[in-house]
Amino acid sequence: MLAEKKRLNRLGNQLFFTGPTMIAFTIALLIPFVYGFYLTLMKMATPVSPPAFSGFENYRAAFSDSQFWDSLWLTVKYTGATIVFVNAIGFALAYLVTMGIRSQNFFRTALFTPNLIGGLVLGYIWQFIFVQSLPAVGENLGIELLRLGWLGDEHLAFWALVIVTIWQSAGYMMIIFIAGLISVPKDIIEASTIDGANAWQRLTKMTLPLMVPSFVVTVFLTLKNAFIVYDINFSLTEGGPYNSTLMISMHIVQKAFMETNYGVGQSEAIILFAIVAIVTGVQVYFSKKMEVEA
Amino acid sequence: MAGRRITSLTFTYLLLIVAFISFTFPFFLLIVNSFKRNGEILENPFSLPASLDFSHFGDVIEKMNFLVTFKNTFLITLLSVLFILLFSAMAAYYIVRNSTSFNRTFFAILVASMIIPFQSLMIPLIYIYGSKLNLIETVPTTLLIVLYIGFGSAFSVFIYHGFIKSIPLELEEASLIDGCTRRQTFFKIVYPMLSPTSSTIAILNVLWIWNDYLLPSLILTNEKNFTMPIKMKVFNGTYMNNWELLIPAILMTVLPILVAYLFGQRYIIKGVMQGAIK
Repeated sequence: MLAEKKRLNRLGNQLFFTGPTMIAFTIALLIPFVYGFYLTLMKMATPVSPPAFSGFENYRAAFSDSQFWDSLWLTVKYTGATIVFVNAIGFALAYLVTMGIRSQNFFRTALFTPNLIGGLVLGYIWQFIFVQSLPAVGENLGIELLRLGWLGDEHLAFWALVIVTIWQSAGYMMIIFIAGLISVPKDIIEASTIDGANAWQRLTKMTLPLMVPSFVVTVFLTLKNAFIVYDINFSLTEGGPYNSTLMISMHIVQKAFMETNYGVGQSEAIILFAIVAIVTGVQVYFSKKMEVEA
Repeated sequence: MAGRRITSLTFTYLLLIVAFISFTFPFFLLIVNSFKRNGEILENPFSLPASLDFSHFGDVIEKMNFLVTFKNTFLITLLSVLFILLFSAMAAYYIVRNSTSFNRTFFAILVASMIIPFQSLMIPLIYIYGSKLNLIETVPTTLLIVLYIGFGSAFSVFIYHGFIKSIPLELEEASLIDGCTRRQTFFKIVYPMLSPTSSTIAILNVLWIWNDYLLPSLILTNEKNFTMPIKMKVFNGTYMNNWELLIPAILMTVLPILVAYLFGQRYIIKGVMQGAIK
């Protein structure tokens, strides 16, 4: 504690040091967040018409919006699939590049590269792959699954989204897992080897339990990113075919800015916020409990 | 024993090479197809170009108004990140060293705000700063930068906070006794010590802001202010399935960040690692 003696002095420094952040935070988050709740209670015919109090009308409309629930359910499925695959593949990659082979830094660098590209552009790159490249391969090799246009098929389009998400985020999770794997104490792994544990037992009985703190972080990140996914969804499939890949964020954007229904859109956004807050809170609480000491 | 080691080593390499190919072939496709004409692209996307035809890059630079778009993205990213680095470090420093209940509450609110999805803020943002105050019309770029500073502050203050806590107080006390003011102490003694953390924060924020789409697409409505992702979206709409233009455009959009990665990969990987552990 380095508190200033004079009160005025302290106030001056408080404003000087924390003022800029406070102002920007208030403008970007605090005001919109509070105002957002107010908006859900108002009815506006258009975004410029004066708002009139309408109670919980917007929430009622949101709850009876079947497309909202469809897109929410789809987002839950997408979240489940990405959590499993992104973490499993991210961990496997991290395991492979911490085994001490000579070119491991090269592989780390290369596998992380997709993460540098934003979701929007990434979607366009993969559009080329799914629309143009894979069908060409399928044609030449006679593989029916590749010949189909994945983005035009309701089920395959969903998996196309999952694949692109894995491609984008597995490298990022790999980096987090590498940090965790490096800090697993060598001596206990050696001790278990001497005790006769094979590689699989060492992985499942020793390494994985000690990696729980890393998994807390990676599962939290994949969970949150999946719930609010927008860019990839927008650029790769635009929600199609026939809204079969329309996730919750895109639905909210459409509701608010295409249908210009701010009240209902914001109510759905608040419901999304509540879901994200509860799910991530529960996830962090329970996975923290699984942590063990080396 | 030695034989088993070699097979397992071969197996590791095999897996890594498969992973390497699956993670990098899209870049390969981007590069080879940038030099081809539509006919050649459709015939075989995997083949090497018959000749190095650079003409599409010129087309794209002109049609995307590339230089202006690049400058916009660069300025917005640069200014936002510089201000985030400065303001977040200042706030984190003061919160750590003056642990009043007000500062502790402020810090708790900042940390808690990290779980708010952007989607729950965007409608009020547009309503307040667009429909009500009309800032989207009058000062879009400035508004965007202020919003980035606000959205970036929670995470950045959090990371700085963790690091500043570990710095011993003695140095600052000594400098205060020597007659430095609180502000001089921060800028001359503390801020330089933060540079490893600052580079982590800078890298993570640059990656985010440079690639961000949804927020700028809502704020920047005039074409002359567009950033690269927005321009790419418009370009894709105009030249739908015209791959001989789209592929070089995508390549040029991702190239700046790939080149930066080529030079700074060590720091970037380290930065991401550090950011994740905290």
